[in-house]
Amino acid sequence: METFVAGLHAFLVAPFLDMVSLPDFLLQVIWEGFVSGILYALIALGFVLIYKASAVFNFAQGIMVVFAALVLVSLFDLGVPAWLALIITIAVMGLLALSVERLVLRKLVNQHEAILLMATIGLTLVLKGAGQLVFGGEPKSMITEELGFSTGSSDWEVFDGIVIFQHIDIAAAVIAIIMVAVLGVFFSKTRIGRALRAVADDHQAALSVGISLNQIWAIVWFASGIVALVTGIMWGARSDVSFALEIIALKALAVLILGGFTSVPGAIVGGLIVGIGEKLFEVYWGPMFGGGVEAWFAYVLALIFLLFRPQGMFGERHIERV
Amino acid sequence: MKPQNKLKKLGCAAIAAAAFAVTLPVAQAEDTLFIPSLTYRTGPFAGGGIPFADGFADYFNMLNERDGGIGGAKLIVEECETAYNTQKGVECYEATKDKGALAYNPLSTGITLALIPKAPVDEIPVFSMGYGLSAAAIGEKFPWTFVYPTTYWNQLSSILKYIDANGGLKDQKVGFIYLDVGYGKEPLPLLENLSGTMGFELAKYPVGVKEMQNQSAQWLNVRKDKPDWMIMWGWGAMNPTAVKEAAKIRYPLDRFIGNWWAGSHNDLKAVGKPGKGYMAANFSGIGQDFPAVQDILKHVVEKGNSKVASADDVGNVLYNRGMFNAVILAEAIKVAQEMTGKAAITGADMRVGLENINLDEARLKELGLEGFTGPIKGSCADHEGAGSVFLQQWNGEDWEKVTDLIEPMNDTVRPLLEEAADKYVSDKPDWEGQTCT
Amino acid sequence: MFYREAGQFKTTYEADQAMLPIAQDRVGLLLILLIAFAAIPLLASDFFISSIMIPFLVFALAAVGLNILMGYAGQLSLGTGAFMGVGAYACYKLATLFPDLNILIVVFLSGFFAAGIGVIFGLPSLRIKGLYLAITTLAAQFFLEWCFIRIGWLYNYNDSGAIEVPQRMLFGLAITGPHATPITRYLVILTIVAIMTLVAANVLRGRIGRSWMMIRDMDIAAELMGIRPLFSKLSAFAFSSYYCGVAGALMVFFWLGSAEVESFDINHSFLIMFMVIIGGMGSLAGCFMGAAFIWVLPVILRAIPSAFELNILAATMEHISSIIIGALIIFFLIVEPHGLARLWRVGKEKLRTWPFPYAT
Repeated sequence: METFVAGLHAFLVAPFLDMVSLPDFLLQVIWEGFVSGILYALIALGFVLIYKASAVFNFAQGIMVVFAALVLVSLFDLGVPAWLALIITIAVMGLLALSVERLVLRKLVNQHEAILLMATIGLTLVLKGAGQLVFGGEPKSMITEELGFSTGSSDWEVFDGIVIFQHIDIAAAVIAIIMVAVLGVFFSKTRIGRALRAVADDHQAALSVGISLNQIWAIVWFASGIVALVTGIMWGARSDVSFALEIIALKALAVLILGGFTSVPGAIVGGLIVGIGEKLFEVYWGPMFGGGVEAWFAYVLALIFLLFRPQGMFGERHIERV
Repeated sequence: MKPQNKLKKLGCAAIAAAAFAVTLPVAQAEDTLFIPSLTYRTGPFAGGGIPFADGFADYFNMLNERDGGIGGAKLIVEECETAYNTQKGVECYEATKDKGALAYNPLSTGITLALIPKAPVDEIPVFSMGYGLSAAAIGEKFPWTFVYPTTYWNQLSSILKYIDANGGLKDQKVGFIYLDVGYGKEPLPLLENLSGTMGFELAKYPVGVKEMQNQSAQWLNVRKDKPDWMIMWGWGAMNPTAVKEAAKIRYPLDRFIGNWWAGSHNDLKAVGKPGKGYMAANFSGIGQDFPAVQDILKHVVEKGNSKVASADDVGNVLYNRGMFNAVILAEAIKVAQEMTGKAAITGADMRVGLENINLDEARLKELGLEGFTGPIKGSCADHEGAGSVFLQQWNGEDWEKVTDLIEPMNDTVRPLLEEAADKYVSDKPDWEGQTCT
Repeated sequence: MFYREAGQFKTTYEADQAMLPIAQDRVGLLLILLIAFAAIPLLASDFFISSIMIPFLVFALAAVGLNILMGYAGQLSLGTGAFMGVGAYACYKLATLFPDLNILIVVFLSGFFAAGIGVIFGLPSLRIKGLYLAITTLAAQFFLEWCFIRIGWLYNYNDSGAIEVPQRMLFGLAITGPHATPITRYLVILTIVAIMTLVAANVLRGRIGRSWMMIRDMDIAAELMGIRPLFSKLSAFAFSSYYCGVAGALMVFFWLGSAEVESFDINHSFLIMFMVIIGGMGSLAGCFMGAAFIWVLPVILRAIPSAFELNILAATMEHISSIIIGALIIFFLIVEPHGLARLWRVGKEKLRTWPFPYAT
């Protein structure tokens, strides 16, 4: 009984006491969680764009992140100036989007979702092989400074302590917010954006009013490619650019469950919940379990959440419930 | 019989034929020595695997070019790609063992563990250079496994000794950040044991393979716990991320020491200047200023027979380590040839060669590797050679050797290794050891 | 011409309901079994048996398990790798706790642990389905992976953190451990896989199997017709996880000999899902075709350079084979989304009417 009470105390009370006793540290944890949440959200955003328009669960998003970052860095290594490398990389991602649409998606219209998922995993294998063949397997460092990002940090003195803000993290947050805003405007104000939403609502109806599905698909894959490039730059700056980066994308799947497969705001909010939640859990509760709980926390959270709200936070209602 | 069965049989036969064709033992001419090289030039850890494999292959190529092989027998190195994956590693083993393989360098803890029990059956020694199962240092229990020049456990004791000499270890807090797989967990039993006997506090920070590039939580915990020293058992993308995160929380990097897989050029180049001060253990010399490395440049790299991307990569930490792996094997081959009196030796001869290896200062100089590493002397009982490690430090652009060789705490570690070896053997009633006199 | 059921009259219900009602199919199956049990052990090399046939059978069994869940009960799962892991760790614990128990019994028992875990992680299927369910099973995958690392009891607190297979005998012959010859291990696995496939085939055409298919085709209609979704779905998870668990135990005990957690990672879940989809959802024969395609093709591709003495780096070949396999997967999905099993069936239909396709 006593051990039970002690355990309960350790689980339910002690972590909160910890939080209150070091408020500057708590702020730092939340900030770190916020930054990784933003980065998860970016990956999830890539998934959502494609799923919304074509009901394809694009598993290749992770390798697209690696691919985009590798193209950028390798071009720079070849002596191309950073800005030009960035433009060429965007063009390469556009080319990739076009060829995926032409060679894969167009031929798989109206197939079972598991088959579409498998097709994107096939695409992952192709990109992985081709990427390593062309760029080699050695890790490369991200050209953070050359792209105009500051690598320094600023301190914020608060509660008798400091919170450290990395400039690159601030940049990531700002860029993510700008991207979401641009996408929001794009979806609601432009002709293509409206067509995209029409496609998301009903393929056949959209086709019958003269919207070209193929064109829309190419556009969303291109948009996801750009999102992948931004994600690649940000994650690459945090470690290095190598094929290990692909694994990060798995975390975004939990974000998707929380936020729903089709909601852009859902991806952002879900990302933040996962990011901040897992950092808090790892730092304050993790040691109780021997650490490393980040590996599954997001998924278990999503699983519990789904039991109560199967359509996700912002998901559309018509998701089939059993 | 229905036709589609014919078809199916034909298909089966085709597959079988293909497989047979592949596995037909290649007729070995009288004077060749076959060395399989399990590489991982692909996958998430390729950054470490590529330079190692290059150094390994280049040294043997150099011996072929310069000396015409060893003892007149040409060396054949065949690479098999494992992608650091145990299943592919086992497949590589099965595919190459019948070609007269002399020794295996599994290059992954998982593959090492899978091959250790197979070695005595197929009579091919496993040489896991400083990695794999630490307990394999005990020759009486593991006749077919070798871990020269040292083990993870002894290396850790050297690092602790360095800490002890630089400000004392007693009542200090030591943080251990490690890749949360068999490799990273290997030194934990020793660390826990020593924290009791040497009187330091231990804090553990596991990093999952999927979280390698996402370590902010671990380093936040480090910031909270404020350990006096940090030791890292990291690999691949985990290393640059860890050093970057450490710099981010302003952890004093000269109190952050990695093991010998956490200190390559690739790792720290991705960090650059902010990584200045970070230290790592190593047991193979850095740079090109060794006659043997110069020979490689002259006989292999300049002739375009190397796979290195540029000649500058020769002499990198992991390149030299791959080369060192080849040096030990070549030396063992030579010893085996001298002991058996034949040029084309077998796996069993190779085992004897490995056991009787004696790389003393004089011999190292002869090989063109003076000051490259400490002397290694094997014996029936000692498959580790009790080698020492030195520490290197990143100066923002390159690695510098900053300490002399640090002897391990053999007296403390050896009994623990023996205990671990006993434990490994205890649930295997038919395990065959050897008695050493 | 050759493949025709004309003249094969069924006079009893039993004959009409037989698993293989057509005589040619029965002969064909017998031939395959004859090749598998006699020809391969007698003729094939050790490498062919230990690196192609044994993994192929292990993965085929796991694919049967996943196919039961995906193809027959319509529930997507990405947790196969972890369920295999549960079977493997359970088998290891049982084998070391009860060293005298026959290893085959241990293998079959270990499947029940996987089944139990499978049921727990199958619970969300009562609320959600489709891709959402698939992603939820990732929770099982990652949580179980973490357990395999963190719970030392599971691997007897080995320093290495890996499970190592002890030697076990059957009829005085080593069937596990390093001294077991590839042929013995192959024959043991083959027998188990053959029996379990037979059982699966019969369960699937029986009452439970039909209830799974009803749930898959239309859950509401099935419920109205008296199928309990709770029992049906959870039994599918249990059955499927049992198969995966046994496959995992076989993988470690009869193939790898030791395993770390990475042997059960997410890539294996995908690998087996590939096998099911390429082979054909809802087809047992498809599982074997899919496993052969996904496992054997890369092995052959890898062997090409040394067979033809091409001077291609092993790693380069690995990249090329990754590209080829990825492209082939996409190609197959485009050409025949229902898998190799459908191609096989179409071929059979054609043969039935050959050479007079219009004379039906």
